[in-house]
Amino acid sequence: MLDTAKTRWHPIAASYDLPFRHVFHGQLLGREFAVWRADDGYINVWENRCLHRGVRLSIGINDGRELKCQYHGWRYSNRTAGCTYIPAHPADAPARTITNRTFAAVERYGLVWSAEEPQGEVPELPGFAEGELLTLRGIAVNAPADAVAARLRSYRFQPTGQIDGSDAKVTVEAANDFSVALRAVEGSSTTLAVFFVQPVDSNRSVIRGVLEGRAEGAVRMAVLHHHNDRLSKLRDVVEREAVARPAPAPLEPVIERVSPELAEMPEETKHGRKATIRVEVARKWQAADGIAGFELRPIRGLLPTFQPGAHIDVHMPNGLIRQYSITNGPGESESYVIGVKLEKESKGGSICMHETLRQGDVLAISEPRNNFPLRRDAVKTIFIAGGIGITPLIAMAQALHNQNLAFDLHYFAQNEAQLAFPEKTSGLGGALKPHLGLTPEATGAKLREILANYQPGRHLYLCGPGPMLEAARNVATEAGWPEAAVHFEYFKNTNKIDDSSSFEVALARSCVTLKVPAGRTILDVMREAGVDMPSSCEQGACGTCLATVIEGEPDHQDVYLNDAERKSGTKIMTCVSRAKSARLVLDL
Amino acid sequence: MAKTRCTDQVILNLWHPLAALSEVKPNVVVDTILLEERLSYAVDGKGNAAVWRDRADLIEGSTVDVATVADQLPVKHAYGYIWTSLGDPQADLFPIPEFDEADRRRLNAATIGVNVSAPRAIENFLDMGHFPYVHTDILGAEPHTEVKEYDVEISVDRDEILATRCRFFQPMAAATASGGADVDYVYRVPHPFCSVLYKSSPLDESRRDVIAVFLQPIDQEHVRAHMMLCLLDEDNEDKVIKRFQQTIFGQDKPILENQFPKRLPLDPRAETPIRADKSAIAYRRWLSQKGVTYGVIPAAT
Repeated sequence: MLDTAKTRWHPIAASYDLPFRHVFHGQLLGREFAVWRADDGYINVWENRCLHRGVRLSIGINDGRELKCQYHGWRYSNRTAGCTYIPAHPADAPARTITNRTFAAVERYGLVWSAEEPQGEVPELPGFAEGELLTLRGIAVNAPADAVAARLRSYRFQPTGQIDGSDAKVTVEAANDFSVALRAVEGSSTTLAVFFVQPVDSNRSVIRGVLEGRAEGAVRMAVLHHHNDRLSKLRDVVEREAVARPAPAPLEPVIERVSPELAEMPEETKHGRKATIRVEVARKWQAADGIAGFELRPIRGLLPTFQPGAHIDVHMPNGLIRQYSITNGPGESESYVIGVKLEKESKGGSICMHETLRQGDVLAISEPRNNFPLRRDAVKTIFIAGGIGITPLIAMAQALHNQNLAFDLHYFAQNEAQLAFPEKTSGLGGALKPHLGLTPEATGAKLREILANYQPGRHLYLCGPGPMLEAARNVATEAGWPEAAVHFEYFKNTNKIDDSSSFEVALARSCVTLKVPAGRTILDVMREAGVDMPSSCEQGACGTCLATVIEGEPDHQDVYLNDAERKSGTKIMTCVSRAKSARLVLDL
Repeated sequence: MAKTRCTDQVILNLWHPLAALSEVKPNVVVDTILLEERLSYAVDGKGNAAVWRDRADLIEGSTVDVATVADQLPVKHAYGYIWTSLGDPQADLFPIPEFDEADRRRLNAATIGVNVSAPRAIENFLDMGHFPYVHTDILGAEPHTEVKEYDVEISVDRDEILATRCRFFQPMAAATASGGADVDYVYRVPHPFCSVLYKSSPLDESRRDVIAVFLQPIDQEHVRAHMMLCLLDEDNEDKVIKRFQQTIFGQDKPILENQFPKRLPLDPRAETPIRADKSAIAYRRWLSQKGVTYGVIPAAT
């Protein structure tokens, strides 16, 4: 019987087991679940084990958006169960593939249903309209499910309308190994009751009953008492019988192994620009003056886990590819929300997004990449956004806000109408500090004011137009901010790329040497030779195509690396940077 | 040799702790369990101890002359505890030279039963990343969550794991500490079920407090943890020092008891290590290389 049970839907909890921000410990066929409802209503049914050290997630913390493990504070996202933050390594974005095992969840008849390998749908109960039924308290029984179901066939109860009577006739309307439908009739009163038997383990079950018709007040209490009393007696009988028989061996659910890559904590998988996800524009709106907001929903399945600071490539109908930051707060995993500013000198990207794209259109996007990861171990974090540079910083600020970590979000814009996503920033309270209509000089003065008094333990995140970023970085350096505490992301590389040099690139691990002629990039030449390399913006701004230099002198032309990284000569952005030496050796 | 329920020869041949000498009433029989075997022990007024397999003529609480007990198991006094073995142990237990320094306080902070395998408890002892979450505002505090790079080696000649250059920000590192500081640690694992940590002393920069955990495996999924302290603390009363360590241990206990599976999986793909877990990775490899099977889930071969 239990061998087919894996494919059937079973109730694993009652809706009332999932109160606000609780984590419920569920179990089905020997497998434990951490069951929790996010603030957006979504019910998560996960393997009850943190992937790191096996601690039960049912003792974790549901913050409404993410589930946090008690042991090391690893955070897992609503819906995807992907790990979004590992506090022991604040500077690293966790590999996106650290994802806990999830199970299907359906809420119906006041019960939460799941299955290991579900086939078909949750059982239909004709006549049981949602809201027009009464879900009984679950009764745990130390006995096998089929023994419980067999006993339930002879369960006797009064119809709700004659709860104080004693002469009800009860007939079995339907029954199988895991459920029994009974009808009680007395006089003109009739009540249909369906009892589902949740196979917790080979020798443990929970009886979950649902009655047709709503009952209120004193009647409801009387009905609940009536069934509680009778089902408890039935439990005693079944348990006495079960004790007399040899107990079956407990079920041993198979815990899936993690991937070989995760066992060694390597780099993320390498690949070129791939648009693997199809999304629909679920909503397009004016997020601010000159800025369009887009909500992108998956055509099927779930979107991958994202982290604050991550961006996606959007492949547009006109063939262009552009990068946009995900603005979502933690746990907002149903769709990605991006903001696009209409550029005066658009080469076709922002115009296409603003003028061609409509609600209902389907787009191809890449998986999210995070080259702008947020540390969460700062004593205080300062965000400085210029214009549309707000987008990655909104995601970051919401993450810190959700964890009650200290931050200020300075938002420079021309006027109030240009402040984007007010519905997101308004939740940040006093931490949002808009600076409107400032001249370049006044902006400089304000930056000096914000960045004065550097103290250890502070971190600075900058995103905005190139000139403002340059100014802010200079002010930060003058004010004593160490380079390691200043994090930035440029929209684009405005450096004039000099691709006139020609040189040789040796790929140490691939054992190939390639010639890079004038007019071509390292990335191009490598791809042509079949060496796969992830990339995104391909103009030296996003950080995706970073490679490690073993030997030779790089000719940096990007805006991703900071000065210390440039001087060290150990990193190179392969999409725009070149070599000053005749030969570069890369760790690829 | 008598047949044992534990078939792991590596573990059978080790010395295992049973009790703190200072807490045993002289000449009175006490029962305990080691590796699923029922044992009894007693100590006389001069510090001579005897350990034997539980038998009907020497029931718990009865008075005994330890010199007259027949069929004794090997016995050793070390670091304030009675140790025994169910196999053929080496002459010496691992060294803790600091234990003999005259100006140190030596005490058993606690003996606590924990519903977990011994190797899971050792990994917890080696772990710094959990300080801000499990020992909040004592051994760690958010947002100071980073586990900085440290070094781990498996010392071949001493057959032990050594983790050095470990540092972690602690708001209140010991009973004698008054404020937050980066605290230095050295961790040793000189025995599959014992670990010793050296922690910068708030009183003397040049020396370190020593805290050790000696695990008595009751069975594969239960231990009694004996916590040994060897401190440079002249001021605090024993009960203050003990309370501090017991608080720490009491915070770890519910986490340990909620680890699944309870035995430590040695398959590298059973769980997801990060760089901060270097010492745990070394420990799991070391157990695998030794062929330890007790309290672990061996990697499939």
